[in-house]
Amino acid sequence: MAVLSAAERTQRLSPPDPGRLPRSGRLRRVIGDNLLAYAFMAGGLACFALFSWYPLVRGIVLSFQQDNFVTDPYWVGTENYALLFTDPLFWTAWRNTLVFTGLALVLGYLVPLFLAILLNELRHLKGFFRVAVYLPVMLPPIVVVLLWRYFYDPGNGLFNTILSGVGLPTSQWTQSPSTALFSLVLVSTWANLGGATLMYLAGLQGIPGELYEAAELDGASVWQRLWHVTVPQLRFLMLVLLLLQIIATMQVFIEPYQLTGTTNPDTITVMVLIYRYAFTVNNDFGLAAAMSVTLFVVLAAFSAVYLRLTRSQES
Amino acid sequence: MGTHRMRTTLGLLLVVGLGFGTTACGAGSSDDTEDGGKVTLVINGLPPATEAATHQRFLDNVAEFEKLNPDIDLDPREGKMDPQTFAAKLAGGQLEDVFYVYFTDPATLIAKRQVANISDYLGDFPVTSQIKPEVLRVFQDDKGATYGLPYKNYSMGLLYNRELFTKAGLDPENPPRTWAGVREAAKKITALGDGHVGYGDYSKSNTGGWHFTTEIYSLGGEVAVNDGGTWKAAFNGPPGRQVLQQLKDMRWTDNSMGERQLLEWADLLQMMGSGKLGMYVATADNIPTIVNQYKGRYETYGLGPIPGGAGTLGGGEGYMFNAKASPAKIRAGLKWLTFWFTSAERFDAENKWAADNKNPVGLPEPAIFTGAAAQLQETADAKYANVPQQNYAPFKAAMPSIPVKLEPPNAQQIYAVLDVAMQKVLTDRNANVDQLLADAETQVNQILASVR
Repeated sequence: MAVLSAAERTQRLSPPDPGRLPRSGRLRRVIGDNLLAYAFMAGGLACFALFSWYPLVRGIVLSFQQDNFVTDPYWVGTENYALLFTDPLFWTAWRNTLVFTGLALVLGYLVPLFLAILLNELRHLKGFFRVAVYLPVMLPPIVVVLLWRYFYDPGNGLFNTILSGVGLPTSQWTQSPSTALFSLVLVSTWANLGGATLMYLAGLQGIPGELYEAAELDGASVWQRLWHVTVPQLRFLMLVLLLLQIIATMQVFIEPYQLTGTTNPDTITVMVLIYRYAFTVNNDFGLAAAMSVTLFVVLAAFSAVYLRLTRSQES
Repeated sequence: MGTHRMRTTLGLLLVVGLGFGTTACGAGSSDDTEDGGKVTLVINGLPPATEAATHQRFLDNVAEFEKLNPDIDLDPREGKMDPQTFAAKLAGGQLEDVFYVYFTDPATLIAKRQVANISDYLGDFPVTSQIKPEVLRVFQDDKGATYGLPYKNYSMGLLYNRELFTKAGLDPENPPRTWAGVREAAKKITALGDGHVGYGDYSKSNTGGWHFTTEIYSLGGEVAVNDGGTWKAAFNGPPGRQVLQQLKDMRWTDNSMGERQLLEWADLLQMMGSGKLGMYVATADNIPTIVNQYKGRYETYGLGPIPGGAGTLGGGEGYMFNAKASPAKIRAGLKWLTFWFTSAERFDAENKWAADNKNPVGLPEPAIFTGAAAQLQETADAKYANVPQQNYAPFKAAMPSIPVKLEPPNAQQIYAVLDVAMQKVLTDRNANVDQLLADAETQVNQILASVR
């Protein structure tokens, strides 16, 4: 009779480890434990499945098909993608979108932070200024765009009237290749900075006052307090907002679509090109879906970074 | 799935779901509602309820038709062709059986097999044999099969403000017949000051390419020609150069086209309605819109022939049939269309009703019929005309001598490319006309080569 080693004996005598249950049993227990939670989530999940996941999968499938919605769709392999990559507008749209995103960050990323700090320091009329900053966000986008169309009108628009009134040279704004994209960024920034400002403001108000007091006792100036207390405390929020802003501005549509049209190579963006492929010029949903997939891939990369960051912060 | 993975997936889907919102659709199917031999036919073109008189007129016609055809039940819907919802309606089985289109739509719909072939049924409706062949061709494929019927036909001319002509010392009875004349007249109207714009033109949302096409036709040029079975771009030559150079000169040398550019369809109508615009290229049907929506008066506007006069672009409206329509529905649809829209017998009654209701009768439009049917239309138009015929005399007099040409194949795609050339000459003082035409030619040839 073989003598059992201590380890083997221990193994024989100890009850089976729950972690080593047969696979099916483990699954049953995980589901059983969480059944109620799944029941609560079912409605939300069903909505996601119907309105997010199904269109997503359908869109990816469509990008490999030709579909006239009458006869059955047929597979064209990567033909839509091949056509896409040979269309000079594909690269133009991506270049414009990246330039737009870059400009929007330069303009629209630090301005809300600066505004939030100002609002936070205000002693009087705090409520009024908060509403004033957030007001543009509450306007429907189409109203914003029509308003700015009047501002930008190179004939007798508001901006040129003011500029010529004070003796400065006027601009063609959205109508000149050199200023069109910048003009669109200005509209988009004005319309959207309220949301980011409020988030920063909430972040600022979450910073414990003791930190500032301690810094003041140590003789820190205003700028030093800002640099050594405010910025480190807001660092995570700033990062998240940066990513969210990149994701949002890459999907810019209404400003170029309304102000400069779907045929303008100086301002055509990825979303406008998708729209153009599907509805106004090509009537080709396969091609539009292929373009959507390219946008999806790029945004998914940014989203993955965003999720990784939020997770590392939580842990 | 672990919670991390699950959340990652969720987050990803949340953030980028939007990109697909515009393009994903599910395929649907339509069912044929025929019980006891009664056909239910869904039609559109019903004017919105806000236009009470025309809305009611449409419904009265529906009621009259149903009385004459007890086996057909019409289900009228508001709306006309909207490219943005067309595919979704088709996919969702919501597209009407008989639907309204502009002349720009049929070629694409036929190529994509999204409409029904009605050739075999036309023999039962004799009036269709009197439709002008060149107009019916809009609704035919290259083998001559027919997919729809025309209802109205327009051709482009020069719409102008007679009062501004008088103020600027120009003769309102004698609009310019050449592009050089347009340029001179535009200078004089702009010289009135106070924000007056001599001549307006489009450059946005495919309307720029559409007007470029009209203007190159007017000089005897072509946008695309069929060369031994393959289509090729044909605008990179003297007529194309003349069109762009003239616009560039008017915009930057004469300053007679106003500062505001990137205009699209409604913009010029609005400017005309405001009394600030002298001239633009348009069809006669713009006039009632300017009067009704932009507060103009019929007396103010005149219509002259397209300057240059070597040819002009034709457009119009008609009806087509859902690809999934059954033979019974196609027959019912043709009955309905030839009862009213494509019917010579209705001209008199419709014109009488329009005149009684202060709707315009007698705008100069090319007839869609030939022979006896055309005669009936002409008589009815003259009998009830209630808009100033004298104002359109220059256009009418020149109509027989100016050939009406149709749009190039893949018109919307080509217009989108030509929009760019129009945009550049109107917004960039240093635009290079030759370069713009060469770039557009390359792109249009690609479009014509990759017809899918």
